[in-house]
Parts: sequence; structure tokens; C-alpha cells
Amino acid sequence: MNWTTFAAMLRRDAHVARRNAPMLIVQTMLQPILFVFVFGQVMIRSGLMAPQYKAMLLPGIIAISMLMTGVQAVSMPLIMEFQFTREIEDRLLAPIRIEWVAVEKIVAGMLQAIVSGLIVFPAAWAVLGTNVSISFDRLGVFIATLLLVALLSAAGGLTLGVSVGQTQIGLVFSLIIAPMIMFGCAYYPWAALKTFPFVQYAVLINPLVYASEGLRGTLAPQVPHMPTAIVVAVLAALDAALIFAGLNRFFKKAVS
Amino acid sequence: MGVGIRTHELRKIYTSAPPMTAAGSAAVFAARGRKKKQKFEIKALDGVSLEIHAGEIFGLLGPNGAGKSTTVGVLTTRVEPTSGTAWIGEYDVWRDQVAAKKLIGVVQQRPNLDFSLTAREILTFHAAYFGIPARERAQKAIEMLERFQLTDRANDVVRGFSGGMMQRVSIARAMMHDPQVLFLDEPSTGLDPQTRLLLWEIIREYNRAGKTILLTTHNMDEADSLCNRIAIVDRGKVIALGTPTELKATVPGGYLVRVRFSAGLDGLAPTLRNLPGVREVKVEGQSADIYADRGGPLVGPIAASASAAGLDLCDVHISEPSLENLFLHHTGRSLRQ
Repeated sequence: MNWTTFAAMLRRDAHVARRNAPMLIVQTMLQPILFVFVFGQVMIRSGLMAPQYKAMLLPGIIAISMLMTGVQAVSMPLIMEFQFTREIEDRLLAPIRIEWVAVEKIVAGMLQAIVSGLIVFPAAWAVLGTNVSISFDRLGVFIATLLLVALLSAAGGLTLGVSVGQTQIGLVFSLIIAPMIMFGCAYYPWAALKTFPFVQYAVLINPLVYASEGLRGTLAPQVPHMPTAIVVAVLAALDAALIFAGLNRFFKKAVS
Repeated sequence: MGVGIRTHELRKIYTSAPPMTAAGSAAVFAARGRKKKQKFEIKALDGVSLEIHAGEIFGLLGPNGAGKSTTVGVLTTRVEPTSGTAWIGEYDVWRDQVAAKKLIGVVQQRPNLDFSLTAREILTFHAAYFGIPARERAQKAIEMLERFQLTDRANDVVRGFSGGMMQRVSIARAMMHDPQVLFLDEPSTGLDPQTRLLLWEIIREYNRAGKTILLTTHNMDEADSLCNRIAIVDRGKVIALGTPTELKATVPGGYLVRVRFSAGLDGLAPTLRNLPGVREVKVEGQSADIYADRGGPLVGPIAASASAAGLDLCDVHISEPSLENLFLHHTGRSLRQ
């Protein structure tokens, strides 16, 4: 394994991300912060929602931000790079096995997802103001969940990026990603769906459910949430499946 | 101590649409049995065996879709052959990919630059992928930018570059890690005549340092003036191989006189064959390709024999000994078709 090449490719991605950083940060922050303001401040202060909602909302917002950032950070450039211009070719021709080019994309995506989570977390917390019952008692599990969610987003981005073309990506975002966010148990706990039994079981195919419930379980254990052990196991299984599928398709797309 | 290239019976059949670079004109839609759905099949390479010596400038000459780019693709790990083997030096390209990739530099037919980077960054990051230390790669980039007349645009993102500039960046990039074997797929496409001459000079100079160069082209002048040896490729097969001089000598007579008459000329062919200096006559309908050891002086006798047979001469084209004639001789088609 050629770590020099791998590190150089990571540096390249970091360099490009740094160049686009101001736009990326605005893009990452804007929606979650607006959402947090409306639901965490306006709705609660006007009495339309209970104050406990703050602690419920924060982990979900982190899950959405991380997932969206990772998916976009990996899939969008990949789609561009595999287009007509085949920009990715200088990395495919670098002295490293082709699979590692994809692994590098996953690592770069994970890092961006983690950075996004770490930016949104304090910002959203600050907007929510006082009375947010978040605890860090389960720090180890929280970090493990965070890493699994980051990997989920990056591996998902890889699979998406090598599976759809530029013409379909808009459709994918509006038809798949948008419902995913709404049914991702980010704005409400999974338990809240018990009055819609069909929906409650149907959403189990949605990876965001496990990201939201997992982060909720570690940050706000007082809110109803899925058992953390199950969430971690499912996240690990999803990660493995997406890495396998993503690498496979990447290889097929890279070599004709 | 250079590195040679070898391929043995390379075959490549695309069963789905190939990438743009390898799209061939030799597409075959073969209907399978009674199934209504047609099976998509393109035979891009049909048993290509080549031996390219270390330190040689070798040319693959052929029309679009002949299989040149696919051959380069297989040799550069970008296209997996359906069967056959390819070696760069002692490394089997498909078994020891990483070792093979270390030895090669590749300029693709279409500029495939990293559009998120500036010209200088493209060169330095490329060198970094190949493990060249920071100071060395920065210095090398400065030299290359100067060499390819890109210094004044070095810090611009390449997205806005003209085609010729992108091509120059591609070539500079491929040479950044000083590869033993340089692949150039249609390198002078989109270059103005002046830059083309600069490129030829750079290729010759790189070759003088003992490097092996494989270039593909459909430009006869380029193949003729640059290459030590040439393989003429058509429909996935090598149809002729040798030095430019050797190859041109295989065309009967060297000169080609293409003529067209007012009507079919079946009866006229034996007469034409007997004209002094004529080596071979290929007739097709109203046209004939006459291979001979002279050009202009033959037109009078051809016109005379035509009018004796009651035919009018409508069109005459004379070409001097060239690789174009060679290609025509072997395939009956022009390289430009």
C-alpha cells in the first residue's frame, strides 16, 4: 500500500475543500440553523412546542448535517470527475491500487462530515439557548456513533456518486434525499411514529433513522430512542454494505 | 537502460457503450438468436500483438475507431482486455498495476485535467502522487510551466484554458514524474502548428534521454517525421508494421493515381495494367486506384486509353509515396474517412 500517494490525494481534497470553505460552511450551516431557530426558538417561545423538544432536536440536526455533508462532499465531485472530462484520471493513474482512490474519497468525506458536525453542533446549541438537556456522560459511545455516521455518509456518497449521472442527481435529491430527511426521525423520535405502524416499520430502511436515533441515544438519553447497541450494529452493517457496493461500482466505472 | 512495451494477442470486446475515448466506428450490432433485443457488441481490439523496443518512438497510425486508444487504454490500466496480455517492461500491466503505473506517463486524447486546481497545482499534486519531495516538485513545475509556455497562466484554474493550453498542461503533467514510458494519445490534436513543432521537439528530446514513447495519431506527417517504427491499425488489427521508409516501400510503385471515369471500366483494367510503370490496379465501379512508380506522366496515357475505350476521364488525383497511400493500399479506405 502506497501511503505517500494516499496522503497526497487527501491533501489534494483538503486543498480543494479549503478553497471552497466559505461557501461550504454557509451551505452546511444555513439550513440547520434556520430550522433550529424556527422550531427551537419561535415554536417553543410561542408555546406551540414543549421546551423538552430542544434536546430532542439537536442530535437530529447534527445527524442531518453530517449525513448531507458527507453524501454531497463525496458524490458531487465524483459525478463531475467521472463525467465527460474524466477529471479523476490523474488519480486513477497514480501509483496506487484503484480501490484506494475510492477509499481516499471515503476518508475525505468522513473528515468533512465530522467537521460539519462539529461546526453545526455548537452553532445550533447556541441558537437553542438555555435549557438544552444534553449530556456527555456516554462520550465513548457518542464518538463511536459519530464515526459510524460519518462513514455512513461518505460511503453512501461514494455509492451514490458512482451510480447516478449528472442529469439524474437533481432528481435523486428531490425524490430520495428529501423524503429521507423527513422520514429520518431527525425532527422527532422513532417512537413518535407508533401511531403510524406502517410508516414506523417502513422508515427502518432509511439510514438517517439510525444516525438520528444513535446520536439521540448518546446525547439525550432521556428522550425515547432505539437501543444504542442495535443502532450501532445496524450502522456498522450499513457502512459495510455501502463500502462494498461503492467500491465495486467505483471499480466498474473506473475501468472499462 | 530503457523500458519496452509488449502486448500479446490483445482482444477487447465492449458489451456496453465504451467511454468516449474508445468509441469505435467499428460498432457491430449482432442479433442473438431470435431474441428481439439486440446484443450490443463492439470489437475494439482483435488480437493485437506488438513489441515496442526500449528507447523507441513508436507510432500507432489509423483512422478513428481503429483501436489505437483502446490499445493505449489497456497498456495504461484504463481498459481491461477481454483476453491477451500486456507488459510494461517486466510488469504485466493487469497483474502488477501499481508497478506498471510507476513507469508510465499518459496524455489522453481529451484533456482530463483536474478542473479544481490551477495549472501549477496540477503539476505539483501529480508529482506528489508519485512521491516526489515538495521542493523538488515545485522546482520541476516551474521548469515545466516555462517549457510549455504556461508561466503567465500558472496560477489560474485550468477550467478557463483554451483547448491547446489544456493539452500543453496534460503533456507537462505526464512528464512531471519523468516516466520511462510516455503514452501520447493524439497529442497534437487542437494544437496550432507552432505549438505542434514545439511538442515534436520536446518528444524528440525526451526520447534522446532514453525514454520509450508510444504515440497514436491519424496524422501521417506526425507519424512519418517522429516515429522510428509505425504500426498501422485498422478495425482492431495491426495490418502493417515497420519503419516509415520500409512501410512506404511496400506500396507498389509508391505513387497512387486515383481516377474516375464517366462509366464502369471493367474492360479497361487490363489496358491500364499494361501501361508503363503501373504496378497494380484496383477497380471499383467507375473508379480505379492505380499504383505506379510515377505520377503525372501517367495521366496522358490513362486519358488516351480511356478515350480509346469510349470513356471520359472525370477526375484525377495524384499522391506521392506516403503512409496515406499505404493505408489506402491495405484497406481501400482513406485514413481521413
